[in-house]
Amino acid sequence: MAPAERTGTEDASEDDILLAATAVSKRFGGVTAVEEVSIAVKRGSVTAIIGPNGAGKTSFVNMVSGFYRPDSGVIRFAGTDTTRFRPAEIAALGIARTFQNIALFGGMTVLDNIMLGRHVHMKSGILSSFVYWGLAQKEEVAHRARVEELIDFLELQDLRKQPTSALAYGLRKRVELGRALALDPKLLLLDEPMGGMNQEEKEDMAGYILDVNEQWGTTIILIEHDMAVVMDISDRVAVLDRGRKIAEGTPSEMQSNPDVIRAYLGTGERGAGEKRGHAA
Amino acid sequence: MLDLPWRFVAILFANGVLVGSMYALIALGFVLIYKATDAINFAQGEFVMFAGFLAAGATHEAGFPWWISALLSVAGMIVFAFGLERIVLRPLIGRPVLAVIMATLGLGFVLRGVATMAFGGGTQTIPLPVSNAPVFIGPLILPPIELVGAGVSLAFLGVFGWFFLKSRVGVAMRAVADSQQVAMAMGINVRRYFALAWAMAGVVSALGGVLWGGMLGVDNQLALVGLKVFPVMILGGLDSIVGAVVGGIIVGVVESLSAGFLDPLVGGGTKDFVPYLLMIAVLMVRPEGIFGRRRIERI
Repeated sequence: MAPAERTGTEDASEDDILLAATAVSKRFGGVTAVEEVSIAVKRGSVTAIIGPNGAGKTSFVNMVSGFYRPDSGVIRFAGTDTTRFRPAEIAALGIARTFQNIALFGGMTVLDNIMLGRHVHMKSGILSSFVYWGLAQKEEVAHRARVEELIDFLELQDLRKQPTSALAYGLRKRVELGRALALDPKLLLLDEPMGGMNQEEKEDMAGYILDVNEQWGTTIILIEHDMAVVMDISDRVAVLDRGRKIAEGTPSEMQSNPDVIRAYLGTGERGAGEKRGHAA
Repeated sequence: MLDLPWRFVAILFANGVLVGSMYALIALGFVLIYKATDAINFAQGEFVMFAGFLAAGATHEAGFPWWISALLSVAGMIVFAFGLERIVLRPLIGRPVLAVIMATLGLGFVLRGVATMAFGGGTQTIPLPVSNAPVFIGPLILPPIELVGAGVSLAFLGVFGWFFLKSRVGVAMRAVADSQQVAMAMGINVRRYFALAWAMAGVVSALGGVLWGGMLGVDNQLALVGLKVFPVMILGGLDSIVGAVVGGIIVGVVESLSAGFLDPLVGGGTKDFVPYLLMIAVLMVRPEGIFGRRRIERI
């Protein structure tokens, strides 16, 4: 059974495509989490991946970010075959991600967390930072400037020195976004950036995501359950169901697509993600 | 009314604090590994013993002055710990914790055997330039080697505390300890930090080996200081440097007081097990230790 291929990217030239996943599959034991999924993401676009729980959305993101190695298929990012890359190598190439369950370093401050996002840009290695202490310090100052910019952008000024474990849920999500942005990523993967948020927090987050996309031209892939948000902020939507891509197109196309409606109705999940906390 | 000989108590107490600070140094080697890699190194005591043998060997076989021997011991332990991580422990990353525990336990026995084979069964000395004449401070009478040992230990504990709190590498190391996955997503090369943690544990073990070896002499028995680490760690919490210091001092003081008061009553030997009694009691009341992080498990 071939997945319904409707990539809609035929008009885009090679150069316009930042990330191209071609027929990637991932199996865990006998369970196929992702089956022959192809998604091409245009430079500078916001792409939403939607689908019922267990559709393989997070597994797909895990493959793009190197946490899972695809059993078959190819992933190319900015012209490089990253299919077999490790997470740290992928981060160094310019792909940052957030996690479905907030994954901040709990005992550390907001500042420390976001500074860790600069890690890939720090030239001095472990040993040299001991030997050339001054150089490492100088470098640190430069990175600190970028981090301060992000702190201003995300309006976290007053929380710099707060341990992240003490922050409210929505703020922690925002810090996690800041940490991912500190990588200055070309591609930003957001796994349910608004999961568990109230309406006001969701609107704030949607605003930040759009600003990131517009100000820095960052290409964004996000997994989201809230259809209203998806319609608002994404240029394209890919729909997964039981590991397969069943549709892809503009948000309005997806809203009227019978396959999509069936997938959502079939599992009793429609619109705003009412089910939370399923394992990644 | 209890009529305690106060000067005697004060001396026992001060002794306990000094020796306890030196326990804390050994415990630091343990904390470094646990913090960064989540593994428990049961060969910590043997690391210390091995480092002591290296320093003693450099002094007696090669005739180096004490400070070159100490530096050689540090260098040797860095190489040793680095190699150990590379060859034995790296393949165990991602395996159950038990595998690492068994590997380090086995390693401990191998080290003891190899050290005896290589350096002989006798007790060797490390001639540190510290006089034997006791030092009088107010009412206290203290052995200089303990003062030096405690001073060096606390200084290094301070340096490591600063390292984890403030330095970029230390913060990254904490990130690795917190979540390897998330650290990877930040582009942190987790394996490199594991290797660094082991190398640092090697340095700490070398310092411990020189100090403890200088105080007690170097033989197989030196590895037993590693056993003291367990009550220290349980009292202080497995993942905290401050905890290691406080736990070390508690164990040192408890040990010293039981040696002074209980041993004469029962004919000796209590100092070796009273810290463990305390450990068991703490485990029953507060399993994460006094300073340990309470772990909230996601189920």
